[in-house]
Amino acid sequence: MRDKKQDLIDQTLQDLNNDGVDRRGFLKCMAWAGTGLVWTMSGGIPVSRAFAKGYGKDAGKGGDFTFVQISDSHIGFNKPANPDVTATLQTAINKINAMPHKPDFIIHTGDLSQLSKPSEFDTLDQVLKGASAKQIFFVPGEHDMLSDNGEQFLQRYGKGTKGTGWSSFDHKGVHFVGLVNVANLKAGGMGSLGHEQLEWLEDDLKGRSASTPIVLFAHIPLWTIYPDWGWGTDDSEQALSYVKRFGSVTVLNGHIHQIMQKVEGKVSFHTAMSTAFPQPAPGSAPSAGPMKVPAEQLQQVLGITDVNYLVSGRSLAVIDSPLGDSGSSASGNASAPLALVDSIHG
Amino acid sequence: MTRKNMWVAVVATPVMIAMLILFAGSPSVKANDQPSAANAAVKIDNFVFGPQTITVPVGATVTWTNADDIPHTSVSTEGVFKSKVLDTDEKFSYTFTKPGTYPYYCTIHPKMTGKVVVQ
Repeated sequence: MRDKKQDLIDQTLQDLNNDGVDRRGFLKCMAWAGTGLVWTMSGGIPVSRAFAKGYGKDAGKGGDFTFVQISDSHIGFNKPANPDVTATLQTAINKINAMPHKPDFIIHTGDLSQLSKPSEFDTLDQVLKGASAKQIFFVPGEHDMLSDNGEQFLQRYGKGTKGTGWSSFDHKGVHFVGLVNVANLKAGGMGSLGHEQLEWLEDDLKGRSASTPIVLFAHIPLWTIYPDWGWGTDDSEQALSYVKRFGSVTVLNGHIHQIMQKVEGKVSFHTAMSTAFPQPAPGSAPSAGPMKVPAEQLQQVLGITDVNYLVSGRSLAVIDSPLGDSGSSASGNASAPLALVDSIHG
Repeated sequence: MTRKNMWVAVVATPVMIAMLILFAGSPSVKANDQPSAANAAVKIDNFVFGPQTITVPVGATVTWTNADDIPHTSVSTEGVFKSKVLDTDEKFSYTFTKPGTYPYYCTIHPKMTGKVVVQ
């Protein structure tokens, strides 16, 4: 079992080294999501290790810290495969609160709500109030900008941000930038940052030391995953050109409700699971609509992402763990999620 | 008129009248006989507007229905019409009073595009 897992890791690593999106590689990531997998970025070389040996144990020393990414809570969604998205968000918060090393803050990468309704945002607020980490940073998803061009989102979650909700902050030597790529979308296009935001970003990064670790987060992936479904951002190349000179760049996105990873030079791309419902692998279904899974498998395809920053190597380790995982299952059985993958494509 | 033709007319006429009455009462046949210019439907299904291009006469009302589990919109690229957000099974109608080509898209999923051609 152990060797088989190591093979999987090695193959996944090889796939990650390809620049293109590799469905085979993706499926292996999906399979691994069931047991937790750590990706550490160190000098542009990805190193993986199983969950139980994870970096969480070392976090908290010196300037090291942990933060958590949650995404796509879609409060208000009530159809198959998840009639109770509030409950699964609550499970995610419980999981965060149970982490051995308390995260310094939480990042929500958008689609807080299903229909931008005040009642949905109210429900979200109620659940998030229970999080032990009191500071939460948000970027909007397209579901949070319905009807009112994101006015309500800005009032509730975007105080002090610029434009449609973009902003940056520093935390223990790491520079974080929250970007909005769901506003003013053009017919036929994908996600869009827009000229004004790109100018702001260029200015925001100017003058920072190339050794400063950078974390970019936005709702829609900032790399092109599947254009047919709009899974990419039309002007992300421009944004990424501004971070090229930095030694460590981590890009965290949501939107596609599944884990995808890619490493390109010193930039590590990562998408998170949803806390609400899974979506199909690119091209594996007629559309990107919610993927229906048996109730007992739902918690294996929903999850949270925690990121550990190690000051010694200026590296960030990204750990995905499904809601249904106990969090210590390096020796756990990977057959359940593998069976799930089979059922998607069978 | 020969005697044989007379016989056919006597027998056939009531049959034809009966058929006319019958057909008049059948809405499907009526619709086929007189294509109702005023109504056309676009179904939003699996993140696709179907049919993607719909051709209608001036004065036609097009109704979009969202059959997906995910909300969509139908918004004219040139600002002619704009639906509210359509959740599952919700509808939006617009009446086209001028000939022309009207491209539109879903503002939430802009890869979804369609066209109404008004003749």
